[in-house]
Amino acid sequence: MPITLTINGQPRVIDADPDMPLLWALRDELDLTGTKFGCGQALCGACTVHMDGAAIRSCQTTIGDVGTAKITTIEGVTGKTAEAVQAAWRALDVVQCGYCQSGQIMSAVALLSDNKKPSDSDIDAAMDGNVCRCATYQRVRAAIHDAARRLEA
Amino acid sequence: MNAFVRASEALAQKAAETAAAAGETALSRRFMLRAMGGVGVGLILGAAMPGLVGEAHAAGKAGGEAPAFNPFVRLSPDGTVTVIIKHLDLGQGTTTGLATLVAEEMDADWSKVRTEFAPADAKLYGNAAFGGAQGTGGSTSMAASFDVYRQAGATARAMLLAAAAKAMNVPADAITVTSGMLIAGPKTASFGELAAAAAQEPVPQNVPLKKPANYALIGKEGVHRVDNVAKTTGAPIYTQDVKLPDMLVAVVAHPPRFGATVRSHDATAARAVKGVADVVVVPQGVAVLARTTFAAMKGRDALKVEWDESKAEKRGTAALLAEYREHLGKPGSVAETEGDVAQAFSQPGVKVVEADFEFPYLAHASMEPMNAVAQITGDRVTVWTASQFPSADVPAAAAVAGTTPDKVVINALWAGGSFGRRAVPNSDFVAEAVAIAKAHGKGVPVKLVWTREDDMKAGYYRPMYLHRVKAAVDATGKPVAWHHRIVGQSILSGTFFEKMMVVDNIDATSVEGAAGLGYAVPNRRVELTSPKVGVPVLWWRSVGHTHTAYAVEVMIDQLAKAAGKDPVAFRMDLITDPRLKAVLALVAEKARWGTSLEKGKFRGVAAHKSFNTYVAEVAEITLLDKGYRVDRVIAAVDCGIVVNPDVIRAQVEGGVGFGLGHAMQDAITLTDGVVDQANFDTYEPLRMSQMPKVEVHIMPSDAKPTGIGEPGVPPIAPAVANALFAATGKPVLRLPFTLNAVGAS
Repeated sequence: MPITLTINGQPRVIDADPDMPLLWALRDELDLTGTKFGCGQALCGACTVHMDGAAIRSCQTTIGDVGTAKITTIEGVTGKTAEAVQAAWRALDVVQCGYCQSGQIMSAVALLSDNKKPSDSDIDAAMDGNVCRCATYQRVRAAIHDAARRLEA
Repeated sequence: MNAFVRASEALAQKAAETAAAAGETALSRRFMLRAMGGVGVGLILGAAMPGLVGEAHAAGKAGGEAPAFNPFVRLSPDGTVTVIIKHLDLGQGTTTGLATLVAEEMDADWSKVRTEFAPADAKLYGNAAFGGAQGTGGSTSMAASFDVYRQAGATARAMLLAAAAKAMNVPADAITVTSGMLIAGPKTASFGELAAAAAQEPVPQNVPLKKPANYALIGKEGVHRVDNVAKTTGAPIYTQDVKLPDMLVAVVAHPPRFGATVRSHDATAARAVKGVADVVVVPQGVAVLARTTFAAMKGRDALKVEWDESKAEKRGTAALLAEYREHLGKPGSVAETEGDVAQAFSQPGVKVVEADFEFPYLAHASMEPMNAVAQITGDRVTVWTASQFPSADVPAAAAVAGTTPDKVVINALWAGGSFGRRAVPNSDFVAEAVAIAKAHGKGVPVKLVWTREDDMKAGYYRPMYLHRVKAAVDATGKPVAWHHRIVGQSILSGTFFEKMMVVDNIDATSVEGAAGLGYAVPNRRVELTSPKVGVPVLWWRSVGHTHTAYAVEVMIDQLAKAAGKDPVAFRMDLITDPRLKAVLALVAEKARWGTSLEKGKFRGVAAHKSFNTYVAEVAEITLLDKGYRVDRVIAAVDCGIVVNPDVIRAQVEGGVGFGLGHAMQDAITLTDGVVDQANFDTYEPLRMSQMPKVEVHIMPSDAKPTGIGEPGVPPIAPAVANALFAATGKPVLRLPFTLNAVGAS
């Protein structure tokens, strides 16, 4: 039975069973491939998207569970916080292979939306679920602080 | 020359044989290029080989609307400079580095530079460091491309100048070129305006290159990565993201033990899963093909497979360790010998230090699990994947499909990491994708998707090794003998590299960093035993140096203690290479080595040369009631001419994090042949809260650039171990040194 979800502000109809993880609906049904598959077990954060603004792991959220919640992916994330985060990421050349970075950015945007001036330990708590095998962590941390300064200005 | 490079030369030889078998006449051309001088790869360009520019067009991806000046540079009428990148970008920043070289010599506008991965074509895009085979590894990309890409840019600039001189009716030397503009007094023209005319100009030879003093981009701060915008938007396409008309996704049930095969299977329930299109048996297991990834996974869950384990590897880690320990007690094949170690140990007054080291299997576990898309139409094979060794992947795909290498096209994509995993001599996952496409037989594209668990359990690990090192200092504290015995599987044994690369039972990748010791010790002996084990093994970021640097550097600290000397001073007296000495001196200065630290904090140092790059690192740790924390790492690096300082810093920062995570907490273990780890809960990657502050200091240099993707890795584990040694007085001999295994309590 088709399921209608609100993705990046648009109603999208998906003809799939309700047990399909949101990750695969986004990637395989809607061609939103910026959200990545890394572990399938909510252990790496590569699949992070926003559900009503909160960072969630789309690999462990089924499309049946989403209901009327608004889903935002890396392709649709907008606003001052997202712009500040992306600008900081570019200024500091955070990315290496880049595969985890959609998830890192979605987690960082969610963090800064709740906490305008996160401390290092706030960053540890919010970002520890996002694995980067290239270990870009030092720059992720610096970019979050930089984005916070940009938002303050 | 490092072992990885020599392995790749063997690969070039293999590729040559394969192509020769397929009747490729062009091969003689490559050998001619080689004969013309290994370093003079710039000869690939232009007039010396006029046919090659046309071939670049014929190659498809490297052609297009924009005129090609040579195989590496295209220029569009809108002024976009496209640099064709002959190496895979695994995150190490190769695209940025190579594009910088072209833009520098062209005097291009950096904001208008784009990159594109080269097609599989070793004639045009072979790696000079690999004897002409096309591939990426051994931290060779910049070293092997520095001249080629600068020459490509300079040649394109000369052709633009010639066209501008005609168009402006002025002598070429009256024109200045800056940021994509050609200017002669009031007359100006942009690169884009002259693109078509310039491409018609004869290709000049031996165009002089810029003097380093005139560099605007090379070595400068503020040259951003070419991928730093796209990779913050989710836009770049990785293999995992490929979607093609009628494409099916394949998920494979692999055997639980290495070497097992399918005895029988029941696909009834799998075929009943909505979306499943087919179930096929391939040499690697049973593949479920479906319209979506989720359906393919569900289909695999519903499969029933009986495995034939008669030839499977059934030994677990405990059994292997026991066997390795027995080998450790016996002499191995001699990799290196100098002087007489036995005689030196027997001298009166020497202090002998002995230690056994244990290194586990390690998985690469890149963020993007291995994958490939394959389509077979008639006798043609098309592969979409982040191909790290096109010269291996092409013949492998051809062999599986039953066609010739000239019928194989590889579309190279961004890699979501690799750390060596995507450069496989037998092209395991590419071959698997092609096998599934062949078995399905409908001519549609098939995307092979490995789950994290598939990836973790698939083998091709950094081998498990044991080392035994016995060394001695004399009464004055000078090292007099070093006897180093290594036991561990050969990476190259059983591959097509074996014939050339395993000489007198010595796989160079097993002993690099131990043989050719960087310290002056008059009597040395390095031995190797390479047991046969059914667990597939492979190079892993920095290859042999991952374990040899650890054993050597931890041993050096123990010898320093035996000699009653400071670890830095002890090393400074013994290091034979002035460049290694210089980075050690720099890191000691920057880390304020020898000054006091807060109570509970300790420092450790390590210095190691790998892939012709010199790195020294100091780790500062805090000893906790339980365990320890790595607070700060100071690194000094000499990789020759600095092309992009920020990319170098990023690679060393990342190398420190990568090496540290594995040293602290990762191991692949087996129980009765079955891999115990499956996902990131049992193979814990380093996380944000564990990442130390890393400071990188770069040694200015006018030596030829070397690599930076790997050399930051080897020193970090021994630097931390040496800090723990300073803290506890006990050497750390077993990896990983888990948080609870060491500490104040």
